[in-house]
Amino acid sequence: MSINMTLLLVMGVLYAIGIYLLLERSLTRVLLGLMLLANATNILLLTTGGYAGLAPIFNKNIPATEFNDPLPQAFILTSIVISFAVTAFMLSLIYRSWLLSHADVIQDDREDLRVAKQDLYDVEEDSEIAIEISDFHENDQPLESREMIPEVTLKKSTTTPSAHPPAPKDLS
Amino acid sequence: MNVGSLAPLAVALPFLGAAIAFVLIRHPRAQRRVSLGTLTITLALEVWVLAVVWNSGPVAVHLGGWAPPFGIVMVADQFSSLLLVVSSAVSLAVLAYASGQGAADGEESGPVSVFHPTYLILVAGVSNAFLAGDLFNLYVGFEILLTASYVLMTLGGTGSRIRAGITYVVVSVVSSLLFLIAIAMIYGATGTVTLADLAIKLGALDPGTQHLLHVLLLVAFGIKAAVFPLSFWLPDSYPTAPAPVTAVFAGLLTKVGVYAIIRTETLLFPTDHFNDVLLWVALLTMLVGILGAVAQTDIKRMLSFTLVSHIGYMIFGVALSSVLGLAATIFYVIHHITIQTSLFMVTGLIERRGGTSAIMRLGGLAKLSPILAVLYFIPAMNLAGIPPFSGFLGKLGLLQAGVANGSPLAYVLVVGGVVASLLTLLVMARVWNRVFWRSASDAEDPDPVLLASAPIGEGGRSMSALRTSKHVETTEGRFAGENEVPILPKMMVYSTLGLVALGLAMSVFAGPLFDLSQHAAQDMLARTPYIEAVLGSGAGTP
Repeated sequence: MSINMTLLLVMGVLYAIGIYLLLERSLTRVLLGLMLLANATNILLLTTGGYAGLAPIFNKNIPATEFNDPLPQAFILTSIVISFAVTAFMLSLIYRSWLLSHADVIQDDREDLRVAKQDLYDVEEDSEIAIEISDFHENDQPLESREMIPEVTLKKSTTTPSAHPPAPKDLS
Repeated sequence: MNVGSLAPLAVALPFLGAAIAFVLIRHPRAQRRVSLGTLTITLALEVWVLAVVWNSGPVAVHLGGWAPPFGIVMVADQFSSLLLVVSSAVSLAVLAYASGQGAADGEESGPVSVFHPTYLILVAGVSNAFLAGDLFNLYVGFEILLTASYVLMTLGGTGSRIRAGITYVVVSVVSSLLFLIAIAMIYGATGTVTLADLAIKLGALDPGTQHLLHVLLLVAFGIKAAVFPLSFWLPDSYPTAPAPVTAVFAGLLTKVGVYAIIRTETLLFPTDHFNDVLLWVALLTMLVGILGAVAQTDIKRMLSFTLVSHIGYMIFGVALSSVLGLAATIFYVIHHITIQTSLFMVTGLIERRGGTSAIMRLGGLAKLSPILAVLYFIPAMNLAGIPPFSGFLGKLGLLQAGVANGSPLAYVLVVGGVVASLLTLLVMARVWNRVFWRSASDAEDPDPVLLASAPIGEGGRSMSALRTSKHVETTEGRFAGENEVPILPKMMVYSTLGLVALGLAMSVFAGPLFDLSQHAAQDMLARTPYIEAVLGSGAGTP
């Protein structure tokens, strides 16, 4: 089957511009990009229906080369309705975004940035674990004077053998 | 008449319910009753259909009476009817949870009254996607559920939801466009979009074309299922939505993508073009997802990352393309729908009780609210795959299938699966230690309610009464204007309890469930039962 070159060219150009706009940070341009992409896809669907410009009317007397396949046109109709709804919704989102922040650009996820910048050291997980002296230790001490001695802290500084792991902020 | 032919009602009933709920928009109590009633009836119907399909095999319904390859066809096979039942049960629980929340907070007059109709439309879209017998109907099902999800995601129109919602909408629209392009190309190449017909005709195409179509479909569904390189959007957008919305999204929406991938792999492209690629993708999804979860400091975001990670297990099972692997995947999908949803529901309760979902700021909840601790602990251990639970059984099945496959790559995946499972246990245990086990005074800047030493009966005393008794100002104004807001409304707790119990039931009845999964997997890999149900007997054999 022969394919209409103009339609294909239009489709290609629409895809190219659509993808370019989609990669912008401005929301309005992203929306325009999506609309162009949707229309390019509609043209792609249209080209699968057969020769351009024929009526989609089936009759047993008409040879197959003389009429167009109606099914892709039904697909296009559905896809137009859907992209219409989504475009309207996107417009309202963009308007709301403008009302709230006066910004028409895609904003960063603040929580994500915070997580990316957080300290690798975690007080509760990464601090040294205090080791309790066993009751069966050779230098056995009475219960009252038993202490918690962090193993590694001893090597660093012998001045405070009973140092606790850094305590979290006490807010009570 | 065959009961299976009632299957399209699973789509029609929620739509009808949505219409009635929309009419009743000014009567929130009646609205709640209508939507809960609709979903209950739908669930009962789907259980009936499942019982029929379980015995008699796939049922196809030709809508409008058109002959098979031309008209719209809806197919209920064992896999899809099982998913229908589980998804309806889960969405019923979440709806009860949301109703409890709405009733408690008195959102009668707010714009939230649009929640119920939209929610029912979402359920209809999910059911339509599961039942769709042709690609275009699948696309329509996706669009119905996505459009409803856009509305639910941005409910209330707060700044953070709008910001996250825009990303979500753009990503979803792009994936839908890719799917539509794939449909156009498939129609151009074969002249049909009926799945059963395509199963026969796609094999005759030249391999290059087949690869192109296959990749297009996989990318489109991969975005929806949040598979690794395409999963970036999920942890960004899900946590900002209201708790019940996040719960249902986490449970259902990604699974619809997984369902579509499974159908593509088993029915349309049974020859293993991309199984190695899929195995790598599964490995990366598992590991990258769970490493992301380890870094998070907020429960909701952490759960979103574990969600991504566990999608990897399902892809793993599909890529093995053996009966055992596929059966384990089916089992894992229904297990994960239930567990992930209940975890998000519990997180909503934690947020209500503790005032925040930031792990740093929570503490002492096990003492304050033992029921919450139980409700969190069971699904958390289930997700991590601790032995008696269904999570363990599903993972065990996957690992067995991986070992049975025997290729070096499959062994790498087995190791990766175990590592991801252990890391899941790590993040779950960390939440447990900090949120429930440590004393509230150890938390960083805890909400005043956590420090209240007096024991409080759940739902007995109200949040505002508590706050005034401790002379604390409600800084966030969450409960401003409300005198009596129960901390944990009974309906929210009971619906969560119900879903956790469903998760436990899956562990108890794992035997029959796994049998069913195995039958479904056999039928799907054989392909003929599905094709013959749609096109008539004799069509499946080449």
